[in-house]
Amino acid sequence: MAETADQFFVILQHWLVGHVPASLQGVLSAVLSVVAILGVFASLFAITTVLERKGLGRMQNRYGPNRVGPFGFLQPLADGIKSLTKEDIVPQSADKVVHFLAPVVLVLAAFSLYAVLPIGRNMVLADLDAGVLFFFAVSSVMELTIFMAGWSSRNRYSLLGGMRAIAQMISYEVPLILTTVTVIMAAGSLSTVTIVEKQAGYTGIVPHWFVFTPWGFAGFVLFMIAALAESNRSPFDLPEGESEIIAGYYVEYSGFKFALFFLGEYLGMFAISGLGITLFLGGWGAPLPFLAWVPSYLWFFVKLLAIIFFFIWVRGTLPRLRMDQLMNFAWKFMLPMALMNLVTAGVWHFLPHGVLRWLVCGLLVVVPYVVLGRGLMQDSKLGKRVYRFAE
Amino acid sequence: MLGEGIAKGLVETARNFFGSYSNKDRLTTVQFPEERLPQMEATRDFPFLVYDGSDWQSGLRCVACQICEKECPPKCIYIEKSKDKKPDFVGKPQFYPAVFNIDVSVCMSCQICVEVCPFEAIKMDTEFELSTDDRFGGLLWDKARLARPNEHYRQIHPTDAAVSDAILAEEKAKAEAKAKAATEAKANPTPANVPQAGSGGTATQ
Repeated sequence: MAETADQFFVILQHWLVGHVPASLQGVLSAVLSVVAILGVFASLFAITTVLERKGLGRMQNRYGPNRVGPFGFLQPLADGIKSLTKEDIVPQSADKVVHFLAPVVLVLAAFSLYAVLPIGRNMVLADLDAGVLFFFAVSSVMELTIFMAGWSSRNRYSLLGGMRAIAQMISYEVPLILTTVTVIMAAGSLSTVTIVEKQAGYTGIVPHWFVFTPWGFAGFVLFMIAALAESNRSPFDLPEGESEIIAGYYVEYSGFKFALFFLGEYLGMFAISGLGITLFLGGWGAPLPFLAWVPSYLWFFVKLLAIIFFFIWVRGTLPRLRMDQLMNFAWKFMLPMALMNLVTAGVWHFLPHGVLRWLVCGLLVVVPYVVLGRGLMQDSKLGKRVYRFAE
Repeated sequence: MLGEGIAKGLVETARNFFGSYSNKDRLTTVQFPEERLPQMEATRDFPFLVYDGSDWQSGLRCVACQICEKECPPKCIYIEKSKDKKPDFVGKPQFYPAVFNIDVSVCMSCQICVEVCPFEAIKMDTEFELSTDDRFGGLLWDKARLARPNEHYRQIHPTDAAVSDAILAEEKAKAEAKAKAATEAKANPTPANVPQAGSGGTATQ
């Protein structure tokens, strides 16, 4: 029974595909998977927008949207209708082709990311041997589209936003990929499905997730910080800082193209969270051995929603960084930590199992953290702010 | 330690998040159309014309003196004086406004018309839900739309209305005393009485 529930969608797909001639089966199977991904993640986007607004509201002691439908849960519907009925304005001097292409390619690239994410057991659209590589290749297309939007709008704010986005995303892609490399080292494969399989199994009740190792924990934290920056989320939302450059690269977008940017951004956030789950949190695996009867795809979405909630929580907490702080943090803290983490993962691999391994690797994580943290804090001159001319 | 402040901040927002579900006092938002805060007594937005009695056309205090029209900074008032006269609250025949229009899309709620009016005829209203889909006709209010009974004024601004009523009562009393003096003077026209009544008349004006 649990087996059927777990494989329900796989069986359903096989059953549906069985109704067409053999020559069309491959195409239909792919189309069905794509439609499922489009439907599920687009509706997850809709749900997330309303949950985010309600959650942020609660963090600021407000109600959040509560007018459309029960408890305001039909708000995304109202937003969608609104953005569909708005006029689509293209600036006169904009590069019209690129201006049109940017949101479209962004959403296309964002959806392509899900091709390699294992959502459940046997539930992956394409089990590529170089799945992680594919993921990062496509996610750099998303950066390109953001710059396309910023450049083609021919607006100074857009251009500033686009340049900030490129600078930020390239800086944070380095630690992002370096932390991923540790997992690839440990799993010995670039295939996302294999990485999830390597994390199956339990010691006692503790699952063999990579996050439960010293290098995995440090890697997960670094990965999540870099993922925040990659998906342009607060506190790394400089490219679209409303208070500084209005909305950054999508100032000149209106109507449904604006909504497409939102969609692309959230899809990118879900995808990179999904990759974080795949790499560090055991993918669709259950967190406790006696919970293995719960369908695997449910675990994936539980973990995904937990990470999204954390992103919202961080957004409700932290103010936006300054550009130099952002760059300092990436190059002076994230990069050395990620490099040290590579060494730690290697040491962990070659030391024999036991307490010694934990001790050595733990020190290899904690000592650089403290030392680098001290170094960063020294430069930042924390304390009471002194105004030279105002007092 | 790096990250300490972030952890503190996260705890604070988490406290807000869960606190707002358990403690209703945290949520200070007033759910407007259903819940309303009481208005301050000094609230004002657009002017209205006061009338006495039950019929707005005969009771309108305005005598079409056009002072407010001239004083209005954005020039949103338009008045046409009547050809005939009708008795005011004292009983004296006065002109009345044949047309009295206020364009509330132009009005800036400065209350200068209220301050210059010598007849306590124009006052500020507190009604604020005035949106309309007709931005020309719907926002040009004629005297039928502007007329409000004095009871309404007493209700929305009790303190100011009491002052206004006192002024009018005083004027009415003076006018009555003057009329009485005039009738008395007419009844027994002694030479000593005439200059006294004349000086009394100028003093009261």
